[in-house]
Amino acid sequence: MFTPDTDTALAPDPFLPALYRVASVRRDLGDTVTIELLPKLGARPEFTPGQFNMLYVPGVGEAAISMSGHANESPGYLHTIRDVGAVSAALTHLATGAQIGVRGPFGAGWPMREAEGRDVLIIAGGLGMAPLRPAVVGILADRARYGRVSVLTGSRNPNDILYREEVQDWRQRLDLDVVVTVDRADVDWRGNVGVAPMLIARAAIDPGNTIAMVCGPEVMMRVTADMLLHAGLAAERIYLSMERNMKCAIGLCGHCQFGPGFVCKDGPVMRLDQIAHLLAVREI
Amino acid sequence: MTNDNPWALPFFAGLKPEWLERLAGCATPRSYPADAYLIREGGAAAQCQVITQGHVALEIAAPGRPPVVFLTLGRGDVAGISWLAPPYRWSFDARAVEPTHTLAFDAVCLNEMFEADHEFGYVMMKRFLPVLVRRLQATRLQVLDVYARH
Repeated sequence: MFTPDTDTALAPDPFLPALYRVASVRRDLGDTVTIELLPKLGARPEFTPGQFNMLYVPGVGEAAISMSGHANESPGYLHTIRDVGAVSAALTHLATGAQIGVRGPFGAGWPMREAEGRDVLIIAGGLGMAPLRPAVVGILADRARYGRVSVLTGSRNPNDILYREEVQDWRQRLDLDVVVTVDRADVDWRGNVGVAPMLIARAAIDPGNTIAMVCGPEVMMRVTADMLLHAGLAAERIYLSMERNMKCAIGLCGHCQFGPGFVCKDGPVMRLDQIAHLLAVREI
Repeated sequence: MTNDNPWALPFFAGLKPEWLERLAGCATPRSYPADAYLIREGGAAAQCQVITQGHVALEIAAPGRPPVVFLTLGRGDVAGISWLAPPYRWSFDARAVEPTHTLAFDAVCLNEMFEADHEFGYVMMKRFLPVLVRRLQATRLQVLDVYARH
């Protein structure tokens, strides 16, 4: 009987979705839900914070969605999804017990290993907290490995703060600096108002020993990157999670081409010094 | 954050001791309870205040609509820059969201000093200009409404 060794064994077909069951659905915001997916067969593959899956709703289509849960939080995947199109609308309306296809995990995640021993500055805008959440959960689970950890998070208004209860829990911790800001608010809001990048000037940062992880709308990330550079961080210590229209997820189809690379394969988390020259190019 | 030595704030960092002394001659410490107004829209912009402790909400109101907070300032921030340019009127309200302390500089005193000593004035304008630029950038992002469904 032929037994393939590790080197010659065929890898799973990256185009073949595995069947997953929706184990739970939690509504986070009016248009945003977090679903937990469990594999119908076998074990979920390992993944790292910042990676993404292709979620396939039969008869509707497929979309790239970052993991919003840490690998230790579930035997499956947690995905936070906002209803912004046909596929995401279908995903946000899935009921417990529904079955969908999952391809992944794909892409390069946050530099968790490189961040060990350093201060970590996490800056999230809007739904950008979803891909960053696994990084925060991972850091808190292994807190002693990291220096000072700060989370700066911005939302459109107080009603749109993602993971509100969890963020409130984070704010209670003595080993985590958390600042929440909103772009606009009425006078009943006692918290901070202003865009997230402007919080950097107030943050206690040791620029020579800090890794920054940033996720949010691209315009917000560009301003954030400028503010981080101004604060003294080197571009090679600043990581952004880029978003493009991903299809194949393995760097073949070219839909997510980003200069010489592909967001699906070389990203979505990319280092600023490697992409800074591309950020202001409209055609990319 | 404590209120000790407001002159150690980054806004004043690197200024010559003689300039700090002259600035101190134009400054008055102010304290505001929560919900007190530092600035009222339409009033004469006769002061520049640097927050030494607490937080201040900048608000604007349209008739028939509740006021909107568009920026929160904290320790080290400058509250009020309309004294720099005509018509020298405040264009928004500034309200203390908690007990707040400031250094309030008399605008006439500042302008006279800067006119009399252009080097000092130029250095100080280079402190105020980045404040304006950062707020302009922030306002652009707010106007873009980047977190909205587009």
